[in-house]
Amino acid sequence: MELFTNQILAGISTGAIYACMALALVMIYQAIDHLNFAQGEMAMFSTFISWQLMQWGVPYWVAFVITLAFSFIAGIAIERILFKPLAKAPILTNVAGFIALYSIINSCAGLIWDFTIKQYPTPFGSSPFLGSQLISTHQAGMIGITLLMLLGLFYFFRYTRIGLAMRAAASVPESARLVGINTSWMIALGWGMAAAIGSVAGMMIAPVVFLEPNMMLGVLIYGFAAAVLGGLTSPFGAVIGGFLVGTFENLVGTYIPGVGNELKLPIALALIITVLVVKPAGLFGRPIVKRV
Amino acid sequence: MSAAEEIVAEGQAVEAVPKRAMTLGTGTSLVLLAVLLLVPLLVKNFIIFQMTMLLIYGIAVLALNILTGGSGQFSLGQSAFYAIGAYTSAILMEHFDVNYALTLPIAGILCFAVGFLFGQPALRLSGVYLALATFALATAMPQLLKLGFFEKWTGGVQGLVVTKPEAPEAVQSMLTWFQLKMSQDMWLYYFTLVVTVAIYISSVNLLRSRSGRAFMAIRDNEIAASAMGVDVALYKTLAFGVSAGITGVAGGLGAIAVQFVAPDSYTITLAIALFLGMVVGGVGWLPGSIVGSAFIIFVPNLAESISKGLSGAVFGVLLFLVIFLVPHGARQVAMVSQQLIAKLKQR
Amino acid sequence: MTAMLNVKDLRAYYGQVQALHGLNFSLNEGSLTTLLGANGAGKTTTLRAICNMVRSTGAIEFEGKPLASRSTETIVRLGIAHVPQGRGTFTTLTVEENLQLGAITRRDRVGIVADIERMYGYFPVLKQRYTQQAGTLSGGEQQMLAVARALMLRPRLMLLDEPSFGLAPLIVRDLFEILGRINREDKVTILVVEQNAQLALELADQAYVIETGRIVMAGGAKQIANNEDVRKSYLGY
Repeated sequence: MELFTNQILAGISTGAIYACMALALVMIYQAIDHLNFAQGEMAMFSTFISWQLMQWGVPYWVAFVITLAFSFIAGIAIERILFKPLAKAPILTNVAGFIALYSIINSCAGLIWDFTIKQYPTPFGSSPFLGSQLISTHQAGMIGITLLMLLGLFYFFRYTRIGLAMRAAASVPESARLVGINTSWMIALGWGMAAAIGSVAGMMIAPVVFLEPNMMLGVLIYGFAAAVLGGLTSPFGAVIGGFLVGTFENLVGTYIPGVGNELKLPIALALIITVLVVKPAGLFGRPIVKRV
Repeated sequence: MSAAEEIVAEGQAVEAVPKRAMTLGTGTSLVLLAVLLLVPLLVKNFIIFQMTMLLIYGIAVLALNILTGGSGQFSLGQSAFYAIGAYTSAILMEHFDVNYALTLPIAGILCFAVGFLFGQPALRLSGVYLALATFALATAMPQLLKLGFFEKWTGGVQGLVVTKPEAPEAVQSMLTWFQLKMSQDMWLYYFTLVVTVAIYISSVNLLRSRSGRAFMAIRDNEIAASAMGVDVALYKTLAFGVSAGITGVAGGLGAIAVQFVAPDSYTITLAIALFLGMVVGGVGWLPGSIVGSAFIIFVPNLAESISKGLSGAVFGVLLFLVIFLVPHGARQVAMVSQQLIAKLKQR
Repeated sequence: MTAMLNVKDLRAYYGQVQALHGLNFSLNEGSLTTLLGANGAGKTTTLRAICNMVRSTGAIEFEGKPLASRSTETIVRLGIAHVPQGRGTFTTLTVEENLQLGAITRRDRVGIVADIERMYGYFPVLKQRYTQQAGTLSGGEQQMLAVARALMLRPRLMLLDEPSFGLAPLIVRDLFEILGRINREDKVTILVVEQNAQLALELADQAYVIETGRIVMAGGAKQIANNEDVRKSYLGY
């Protein structure tokens, strides 16, 4: 029994990583109504930027803020330059664009910083949290930051005019234009915010998985799964989804015999799909009511 | 617009290819066929091998075109069916001494069954959720193939070596009459070409048939289709099955051509490549499959020759160039050329 | 009386297909005009062209300002509200959020809150459902929501595309009564596209009849309603 509880707790702390990533993915989904595979790579690149700043002597939190700002602007720039021209193209073409972006960013990061693994600092230290062996102060800090971002996003979308405008633009773009919203810029803003959130996710995750160009792949997939599990329309669901996925992953690895690291991923995904078959809109997603 | 029309306006993720534009004109098709028949006689074996792979990936992309462009279902999991087909052929040939040509229909039927079964739970998923499910399948496949449980048959992580077939006796003796010898590569190429043409023609007929119309009705508006009496569940799973079956045949041919199967040859990278092939060729446009196939075979090599260190970035840039210039893929190029030719004829 | 909206030689295209073949008409300030015609005549296209939602050539002027080169959202900010065909409700958002969105370009918080109350006054059923997801409302309720949302803009010109479509006759009567009030009391110029010619002619003071992309009849609403030939040829009753 104790093993079980321990695994659950451990799962929650690894789940914080996925929750963070899932939040960024839901953010972009809110803005543009589809998922951007290159999100993880953008987060990775931002994390490298922050690392580079720190290599040059910039203190952690200053580097953090600069990276945040850089990511926001870069996200908007990428959207305006690469994806605005594709706005009228079919969705599948846009997906091909995401794949191309992934390839470009991954390759560039590899060239600039090479593929050797690097240590990445944490501002929270890594001593046991409140004496517990399972959660380090860093993981607690990560959970804290994730919840903080969640709160911020919730407030943004629910209570600000721009948040409402963004939701409207993603929901029915034509009607949004008919109330005077510049839907094109709403999309750019969504990208910027998603990039910024992604960069925070990257900077929180790097101390745990170590910094290298391919660090985000596994995280992205689990984050994707978490976002879908939680319901793509719900930031709260994304976070819960993240924790659940982390726990699933841990329990599967511990209790199902013969499952090494490689099979954890497909099994976790399979479990999530089972949930989706039962609840197609995800656990907390608002099922869209359509009157036929 | 009633409430039902609202759904149509917002829902269409896969655009329709108009029926008459679905294939190349007879003239163009014959020219293309002639090229495919004659070029191998003039080039070295390695190029012939590349052309064989071109056809094989073309078949796989075509299968995806039927599934996505035809019935509107997304799949990032085609590599799984390709792998099953490949291993089926390899195992039948190496462990059971089955003739290579016979392994193909077996691979096809097996994959059809797997695809059909996979289509069942997939019924409740669509769009991004279906993409995730098929993605899971694709990531699982290499791991399943490495499982110790199957190692006796699959050869585990190392995989299996496959024997390359010779041209059959009858053909050999006919050729010696003319003092010609046909290399293994050339024989395999023509064999693949015959299979490709057969699959292409059947697929075109499938999409033009009643089943094809059912697929497209489902793609365009599932609710309306079911309201009109289309058995949506049946046709969706059928589409998955057919697509998987064809991909399985491609996989089998791939195993024979490459002479080797191994788990890490069939990763998610392959599934993504096939997806890109479909987009570059033009979603739902069957002739474009071969253009898409050419893209995924040659452009990565091109990227690497431009810059070894940044090959991924160069590939990405080239891909962007293609989708900026022709967002609708090769089909767009074909349509524009058609219009230009029509205008010239008027002069 | 000044012309608020001036349309000259409007031609509109859907891809290669030409839907409007040179429309000329104008709307006077404070008028309530109806645009009538059969299915596919080009009524919706006309409204969409005014808001630059469809490719078109020709000159459209609103209060002296040309609209042709402006984006839809810029045109809306000039004071034109458009209730589209199918209502265009934000189905995943609540009723109240839909109303707030109508006023998203306005800065006066107090005025917006007051206006929302006014909308609940016109359409009490909306107040009952104000936290409900808009997609769960019935057709009639969504239509009222769409009109209310448009009014939240405090527009000077309101375009309505077939507001009666799919609604029960009693609800349509109520709706048209409210439109009349808005026109008279709030001084909102209204252009309403309708297939239900009879009701529209009772409400409006001016009318245009459009057929296959051309205006074939123009005049006072009563005139056209009383003209039996026109009614039989173009309006079907």
